[in-house]
Amino acid sequence: MAKHVLRVVAVVYVLFLLVLPVGLIIWRTFGDGLGPFTEALTSPSALHAFKVTLTVAGWAVLANTVFGVGAALLLVRHEFPGKRLLGAFIDLPMAVSPVVVGLALILVYGRFSPFGGLLESWGIQVIFSTPGMVLATVFVSLPLVVRAVVPVLEELGDEQEQAAHTLGASRLQTFVRITLPGIRWALGYGVVLCLARSLGEYGAVAVVSGRLVDQTQTLTLFVEERFQNFDQPAAFAAATALALIAVVTLLLTKLLRPKDRIDGN
Amino acid sequence: MTAITVRPSSRVAGGTAAGLGTAVLYLSLIVLIPLAAVVWRSADEGPGYFWRSVTTPDAWAALTLTVGASALVALVNLVVGTVIAWVLVRDRFPGRGVLDTIIDLPFALPTIVAGLVLLALYGPQSPLGVNLAYSRAGVVLALLFVTLPFVVRTVQPVLLELDTEMEQAAASLGASPFQTFRRVILPNLIPAMLSGTALAFTRAIAEFGSTVLISGNLPFKTQVAAVNIFSQIEGDNTTGAAAISTVLLVVALVALITLDVLQRWGSRRG
Repeated sequence: MAKHVLRVVAVVYVLFLLVLPVGLIIWRTFGDGLGPFTEALTSPSALHAFKVTLTVAGWAVLANTVFGVGAALLLVRHEFPGKRLLGAFIDLPMAVSPVVVGLALILVYGRFSPFGGLLESWGIQVIFSTPGMVLATVFVSLPLVVRAVVPVLEELGDEQEQAAHTLGASRLQTFVRITLPGIRWALGYGVVLCLARSLGEYGAVAVVSGRLVDQTQTLTLFVEERFQNFDQPAAFAAATALALIAVVTLLLTKLLRPKDRIDGN
Repeated sequence: MTAITVRPSSRVAGGTAAGLGTAVLYLSLIVLIPLAAVVWRSADEGPGYFWRSVTTPDAWAALTLTVGASALVALVNLVVGTVIAWVLVRDRFPGRGVLDTIIDLPFALPTIVAGLVLLALYGPQSPLGVNLAYSRAGVVLALLFVTLPFVVRTVQPVLLELDTEMEQAAASLGASPFQTFRRVILPNLIPAMLSGTALAFTRAIAEFGSTVLISGNLPFKTQVAAVNIFSQIEGDNTTGAAAISTVLLVVALVALITLDVLQRWGSRRG
């Protein structure tokens, strides 16, 4: 009896909080067939928003993948003072509000700050432009690759790497032939999480982009702007596109996530 | 021969220094210096100005609403999150696998989309006839949506590892199901439940995107702290925005330190 009560509570809660709202928006989008959906997403503004989103997310994922693997190797394979502190700093972005991220970047890279002014005099505009949006996206998705790779690196151990080293492999060879194959699933998992977070970032990008339609507007900003301008079909279509990306991400992470990592924690 | 034995260790140390330098530079340019600039700017005009910025009626209302709603949301997650984790681990029914998968959806779904889907079901055009738009209940709903996975995903692995033998022993000794839960299961779960709750709380106080559409951002009523900061930035009051941001950072930091203490307490017990 108690068992059934708990089951009903869990299912009903998730149904009304998650399934029905997301289902409703997908149903509304496709209610009149595929036509309005593709039409809304192929308007010049929507296509531009797609392009901006992909550019920003691409750079952010690239930067965080390189940093993520390097930082994970550093945290697991090397000894140095302040290791715990470095780990804490890497996790810090998770606790910061996206809006605060935007403000922080404006204060350092904005036109009226000394550093931002200097960059501007060199012809590099960061805020209200792509570099600032990439920085904001990198900030919010920074820990994801590191945190996915660290546990697997710990579990792998460094015996094979040392063996390769003893047999005369260079550090690059050891990394490409031994370390990378060992972490590839975890790396894939981290990259997918990072990509999803990057494609979906809203708050930090809203602050640093200046939200200029057809210039710095990403897909998430497009959803908000279309909705506020009473263009529900376009807002719903873009939201559905983002929701479908989220569902694909979810299935991918489920495939990539190694089973033993759950209890290895 | 001695050169061969010496070289690897010195090379590793050199590599450590170079790697550490690069990592610290990257973190500094993107995270640490900008965050320090926020704290620095908040103190720009002295402590009096900081205090006045934080206690302007609209900022104070936004901060108290944020902390209050987040505490409520954390509590709901503490209970419901544990129930969901329990059902996922101990219960067997068709659709359990689907439930397990979709729990993570709030992590994958962009926050602005979360706000939009909630507004579709619980807004002015609600097919259920429930309109929570522009109300505090709407804010709480949005926060519940984005924080759903935290407690579930911290409690679930602990429950999976929990040995059922102790429960069977308790039951055979005449303990009621409730007594078994309270005396045997709950003590093992509490550290995970609390750390999940702390994570949900820090996420809730920082939340922006999901509350933008459903709350209507009415000052004194439904405006959360992040939205208040956003409107101050738009109004070019960066010092005021920095002051409220600093308060949010401090609250998050306190919650995370509490979490760290709880986790160490938990690992010592385990």
